[in-house]
Amino acid sequence: MHVNPDLDKPIFIQIAEQLEDSIFTKVFPEETKIPSTNEISALLSINPHTVLKGMNLLVDEEIIYKKRGLGMFVKEGAVERIRKKRQSQFYSQYIAALIREASKLQMTKKEIILLIERGFEDESDPD
Amino acid sequence: MKAIQIKNITKRYGRVTALDHVSFSFEHGRIYGFLGRNGAGKTTLINIIANRIFADEGEVLIDGLPARENMEVHEKIYCMSEKDLYDSSLKIKEIFKWTSRFYDHFQIDKAYEIAEKFSLDTEKRFPALSKGQQSIFKLTVALALDVPYVIFDEPVLGLDANHRELFYQLLLQDYEEHQRTIILATHLIEEVANIIEEVVLIDNGKILLQEAAEDLLERGYCVSGPADKVLDYCHDKNVIGQEELGALKLAYILGPREELPENSPLQISNMNLQKLFVKLTENSEINFPASEEAGNQAPIL
Repeated sequence: MHVNPDLDKPIFIQIAEQLEDSIFTKVFPEETKIPSTNEISALLSINPHTVLKGMNLLVDEEIIYKKRGLGMFVKEGAVERIRKKRQSQFYSQYIAALIREASKLQMTKKEIILLIERGFEDESDPD
Repeated sequence: MKAIQIKNITKRYGRVTALDHVSFSFEHGRIYGFLGRNGAGKTTLINIIANRIFADEGEVLIDGLPARENMEVHEKIYCMSEKDLYDSSLKIKEIFKWTSRFYDHFQIDKAYEIAEKFSLDTEKRFPALSKGQQSIFKLTVALALDVPYVIFDEPVLGLDANHRELFYQLLLQDYEEHQRTIILATHLIEEVANIIEEVVLIDNGKILLQEAAEDLLERGYCVSGPADKVLDYCHDKNVIGQEELGALKLAYILGPREELPENSPLQISNMNLQKLFVKLTENSEINFPASEEAGNQAPIL
C-alpha cells in the first residue's frame, strides 16, 4: 500500500480504493480479517482517523464489516459487489474520457472502433 | 474543559513583541501541527505553556487549571524541547531513573524498550551522544511519559530517515493505544502532513490560522494557464501567491473551488501543506495587483 499526497484524491479515498483493490484481487479473501487502522496508520504514517474514514467508506458499501472486538472483516459477496460497482462506473470512467480525448485529437468514431478492435486482437494474441 | 487554553498571551523582549495577544486552544485527544517560520514565536509560546518562562499578559489554562507555577498541572503536560538542560554528569539510564522520580506517569520499562529500538546506548552520558542520539533520547522520554498533553519541539532534528520513520510509527502506535494531545512543532512539514489532524499556523507572533488539515488542503489550490485568463479567474478570490513561467501564470488561492467551464484553458491542481505554508508566510501582507501587472507582461514563449 502506498498513498500519494500530491494526487488530487484525498488520502482517505486513496486508502479505501487500495483496500478495495486488495479485496477484489483476493489478497484479503472474503470472511478474513483486513489489517487494523493501527497497522495501516503506522505503516503509512497517516493519522488513524484518516484511515478509519477510508474504512468507513467500505463499510457503507458493504464490502467490509466490523466484528466486535476482532477488527474489520471482508464481507461475503464483497468481490461481486465490487465488480458490479466497477462495471457501472466503467462508462463514465473510461468510455466518456476516451471519447473526450479522442475528440480533442480530432479522431473519428470509426478510428476509435478500429483501435478498440485492435486492442482485443493484441490481447488474444500477445506475441 | 479538557484542553490547553491559551488566553490573550503577550510576550515582549525589549522592543520586540514575540507574541501579540495570542488566543486559541489545543483540544484533548488530537494531533496538532504547530507550524511557523523561524522566529515566528513557536518556541516562546511552548516555553510559556511548559511554565519555563512567563508571559507579560494573559494566561494558559490546562484542563481549566492555571499553568503558571502550578504543581497540579505538572503530571498533565510534558514538553520535549530543542534546548538541552540535562545534567551532563548523568548517564542516560540515570536520567531515566530521575525522570521516574519526578513523574509518576513515567513508564521506565517502555523507555528502555524504545531506547533499544533506536539502539540508544543508555550507559552513555548525554553530552557524549551524537546530535541525532540526543534527539532520540529526548523523544524516548516524551513517548514513555503517559501524560495527556505532549509537545514535541523539533523532535526529529538530526535523525536519519529510518529513525524518523520509526519515530512517526511509535508516535501513531502510542496514540492509537491511548489518545492524548500530541503537538508537533516542526519545519519538516511534508513528513507530518498526513499525521496531523489540525494545523495551527503562527506568524509574526500572531495566529494566522487554525484549521483541520483536511479542510485546509481542500481550500488551498493552484490555478494555471494563460496570464489573462488566470487573472480573470482570480479577480474575486483570495490569492496568496503567484508565479510566472513565460506566458504561463500560476496563482495560489485559498478559498472555495469554482468549477471550470468545459473548454477552459485553465488547470486546477492541489497544493500540498508545505506549499501552502510557504505561500501563506512568504510575506505577511499580500495585495494582489490588479490587471495592471498583466498588461506589462511580455510573453516570452
